[in-house]
Amino acid sequence: MSFVQNFPFFSIIAAMFSGIVSSALSGKKARNLSIFVIILTTLMSAAVLMFCARTGESYTYMMGHFPAPWGNEIRAGVLEGLTALVFGVVMLWAVTGGIRYTEWDVEPTKQNLFYIMIDLMLSSLLALIYTNDLFTAYVFVEINTIAGCGLIMMRQTGRSLTAAIRYMVMSSLGSGLFLIGLSLLYDVTGQLLMTPAREAVAALRETGSYELPLLVIVAVISVGLAIKSGLYPFHYWIPDTYGHATPAASAVLSGLVSKGYIFLLIKFFYRVMEWENVIYSHIVNVLFLFGVAGMIMGSLQALLMKDTRKMIAYSSVAQIGYIYMGIGLGTQAGMVAAVFHIFTHAATKALLFISSAGLYNASGGKTDYRSLRGAGYRNLLAGIGFTAGAMSMVGFPMLAGFISKLLFATAALKSPHKMLITLIALAVSTVLNAAYFLRFVISLYRPPQSGTDGENGAFPDGAGQEKAPRAVNSLNLRLAVVCLVILNLVLGLFSQPIVRAIETGLAMFD
Amino acid sequence: MAAEVLFNLEEEAAMVLFGIGFTMLLLHRNLIKKIMGLNIMDTAVYLFLAAKGYIQGRAVPIMTDGITSASAYINPVPSGLVLTGIVVSVSTTALMLALTIRLYVRYGSLDLDRILIRVKEEEERK
Repeated sequence: MSFVQNFPFFSIIAAMFSGIVSSALSGKKARNLSIFVIILTTLMSAAVLMFCARTGESYTYMMGHFPAPWGNEIRAGVLEGLTALVFGVVMLWAVTGGIRYTEWDVEPTKQNLFYIMIDLMLSSLLALIYTNDLFTAYVFVEINTIAGCGLIMMRQTGRSLTAAIRYMVMSSLGSGLFLIGLSLLYDVTGQLLMTPAREAVAALRETGSYELPLLVIVAVISVGLAIKSGLYPFHYWIPDTYGHATPAASAVLSGLVSKGYIFLLIKFFYRVMEWENVIYSHIVNVLFLFGVAGMIMGSLQALLMKDTRKMIAYSSVAQIGYIYMGIGLGTQAGMVAAVFHIFTHAATKALLFISSAGLYNASGGKTDYRSLRGAGYRNLLAGIGFTAGAMSMVGFPMLAGFISKLLFATAALKSPHKMLITLIALAVSTVLNAAYFLRFVISLYRPPQSGTDGENGAFPDGAGQEKAPRAVNSLNLRLAVVCLVILNLVLGLFSQPIVRAIETGLAMFD
Repeated sequence: MAAEVLFNLEEEAAMVLFGIGFTMLLLHRNLIKKIMGLNIMDTAVYLFLAAKGYIQGRAVPIMTDGITSASAYINPVPSGLVLTGIVVSVSTTALMLALTIRLYVRYGSLDLDRILIRVKEEEERK
């Protein structure tokens, strides 16, 4: 057994222990530890990816001393390694880019608590990616929820507290459904590990017994995880949650947390229920319809928002819709597109949240359209970062979003029944995306309104900046924006090897 | 059909309770009642698991008098799952109660709709 094979376990446990240790550290030390652990786990994920790509097969890793049907297992393959790597990179730049804002938004005595939540979040995300055991997945889903709630309520405004409680309520509903689903699965198969459960499910299918319970299990778990990842129409907690948290938390929550649940759902479909059977059960058609509805409704609502934070949050609703639409196409190509879009959205949303924080900062902390006019000149780098992110979301060539849309469109061509709806939804949603993102980008580069009402023109020289932070672009923010733009370009320009890796990774799931 | 209904009473009770808890958590406006709904929902799952793990006429899976045959004991795995689940639901409940206290101190209400209205008022005053 190669030493690299221990890395998934090491990365989960390192993240978890750094959280425990951070509770006794000062805010600054906790922050440095947290960043160190993120870098460490990212490197380990890269090593796991390299290892699995080289050997060409996945492996399971026994936790503790009990072998397969009883004990707990971790499983790593190309797709797990790749996802962990992308999540790690995005998390790193989301956290470092938001350092300054975290310091402003979180009380000085509670700084370390914020980084404990980040550590726990990282550990639970990695566990969701790597675990081969459904009950472990449930436990880490709950840890993820609690850490997410902690990240939201760190900024103790009334809005973020109510957002946190709504988030908790919706997430608990989702976890409850997930728990009852896996209890039912345990009831009919007697297994909780994914590999033996899959065999048991296959045996049940052959005899044709328990058809209805299996359908209920797939439905309940899909709905549970869809609620947790914010699929339309379960999205109403999203705008407040993403819109009122501190930028680093928003970036992590919208870029990574919802994707962790989707990844778990994909794993459940492939590793337990077998993808062909899920397609046959027509559950994917329901996901497809809600995904398409989410794409359109999310974009429409984003168009109506005056507050740009909420606009970006509603855009997340639309992007989650894209991912579920890809899953719902019910083909291999659709799934590849969905997984690619998970990466695209993680990289792009983090970039948008971090760079827009720089823009608010240059506009006296205001977040509505009018106040942000000309902010692109006041904070050049953040403006460029935001423009790149917006272009990527709209689907500008060379950027990640273009490849996602291309993959979705080509996948749609292969599934005749859903082709027309998918293509129309893609076109409408792209136009809407362009409408609200480019409207904002254009207003970033228009001169601030002066004359009609004087107060808006007054931002550059500091009126109304008492509460606003002074140093506009710290080195961290610059690095984060540049690196996230580069990540976007990498996903956009070198998409072939990534798409191939996703394909091999999905093949390894069987 | 009637016989199945009679022989699966625990499971039926669990599903009914799950539904009650789920609906309470989703629809009730009062935060404390939402949390009660959450607990009812989780407990229903534990009832379901415990009912599934129990085998008529067998003992608790703790070895006291040297009987090692597995057929003498009930299935221990669901009990283990229930214990883990209880730990998880206690921590979720604690977090939600803490949030509720914070909101109550700040807005003097447990009604989520009223709290949202007061948050809006507070923002407009600023």
